[in-house]
Amino acid sequence: MSVLPYLVAAWLLLVGCLGLATSRNLIHAVGCLAVCQASTYVLLLAVGYRRGGTAPVHSDLRPGSRPLVDPVVQALCLTDVVVGATVTALLLALVIQVSKRHGTVVPDELSGLRG
Amino acid sequence: MSHRLRACVLAVGLLGLAALLAAAAARLPGFGGLVHPYGDRAVHASLARHTANVVASVNFDQRAFDTLGEESILFGAVLGTVVLLRQTRDEREVEPAAVRVSRSVCRYALLALPVTLVIGLYVIAHGQLSPGGGFQGGVVAATALHLLYIAVDYRALERIRPVGIYEVVDAVGEAAYLVIGVAGLLAGAAFLAEFLPYGTFNTLASGGTVPLLNAAIGMEVAGAVIVLLARFLDQAVEMESGKDGIDGGSTNNSGNGSGNTKV
Repeated sequence: MSVLPYLVAAWLLLVGCLGLATSRNLIHAVGCLAVCQASTYVLLLAVGYRRGGTAPVHSDLRPGSRPLVDPVVQALCLTDVVVGATVTALLLALVIQVSKRHGTVVPDELSGLRG
Repeated sequence: MSHRLRACVLAVGLLGLAALLAAAAARLPGFGGLVHPYGDRAVHASLARHTANVVASVNFDQRAFDTLGEESILFGAVLGTVVLLRQTRDEREVEPAAVRVSRSVCRYALLALPVTLVIGLYVIAHGQLSPGGGFQGGVVAATALHLLYIAVDYRALERIRPVGIYEVVDAVGEAAYLVIGVAGLLAGAAFLAEFLPYGTFNTLASGGTVPLLNAAIGMEVAGAVIVLLARFLDQAVEMESGKDGIDGGSTNNSGNGSGNTKV
């Protein structure tokens, strides 16, 4: 009965949020968002872990011979990874456009509207 | 708002969130515990449908509809990136100069390329049996092509990577997933339901529609990753802003038969 893995996930989320809020560079901010997302992987895998369990793959494992870790959260984690990667790609593309149009990637300097 | 005030508000917010998360963590089921009701049911359902890899069964059978949404996010993100990173009026393409690559790097990358490609296809094809599947295998297969960029140069990569075709591959992968879903309807079951025979457990022909959906996803992910990387590499390697460039777009020669789709 340990809550350490859950606290690690919470800590990653908080550190990511702190970085997002204090970021001086949009690329750094996108990286911080990736750190926030990493916290969800840790949380999901911590929820699904089972002591003594093995991977939920039966290619060389007789069904029922050993306890398995939770496959549902692993599948959720996979979804999370894919969505995280695509969102990061889209945000980086936006940063490239911002840098081209405004000549800066510092959030505080991006106050003016431009058509 | 002053910097100081902003920092205070942030500190209050983060500390409050930290307290809430710590309180929530204390009420979660214990780490490594034995009670996993959803996991146990998912394993039973997967074995009943002859899919050896339970994660693949959850993704492409039990939660196939969610995977459709996930795939659509991938598709939408690629579409958005293509739109955001298109060539604008004040930019022009320049042909990147060839760079000398160390012999050993070149040899290793050319050796690794076919092996990586085969591993990618293997991971996609065996998604219902062993760890992996369409998402992972698609990324591996897409990475394989980019070894040519490391081994030779950008022109060589462009020759085996006509972006237009991979955009079509991406779209076909997305469409194939929907078609397999609709085929379930036509077979008299529900959308994205298993309608094929389950096959022999632990062989390639097992899991009903799971391998087909895996292949569709693999196709889409490979196309998507190639298109995404192509757009970002174009920005880094080929795009020059018109202002500080040398003389106009005369470098855009007709000799690049790489199926360039930039507008």
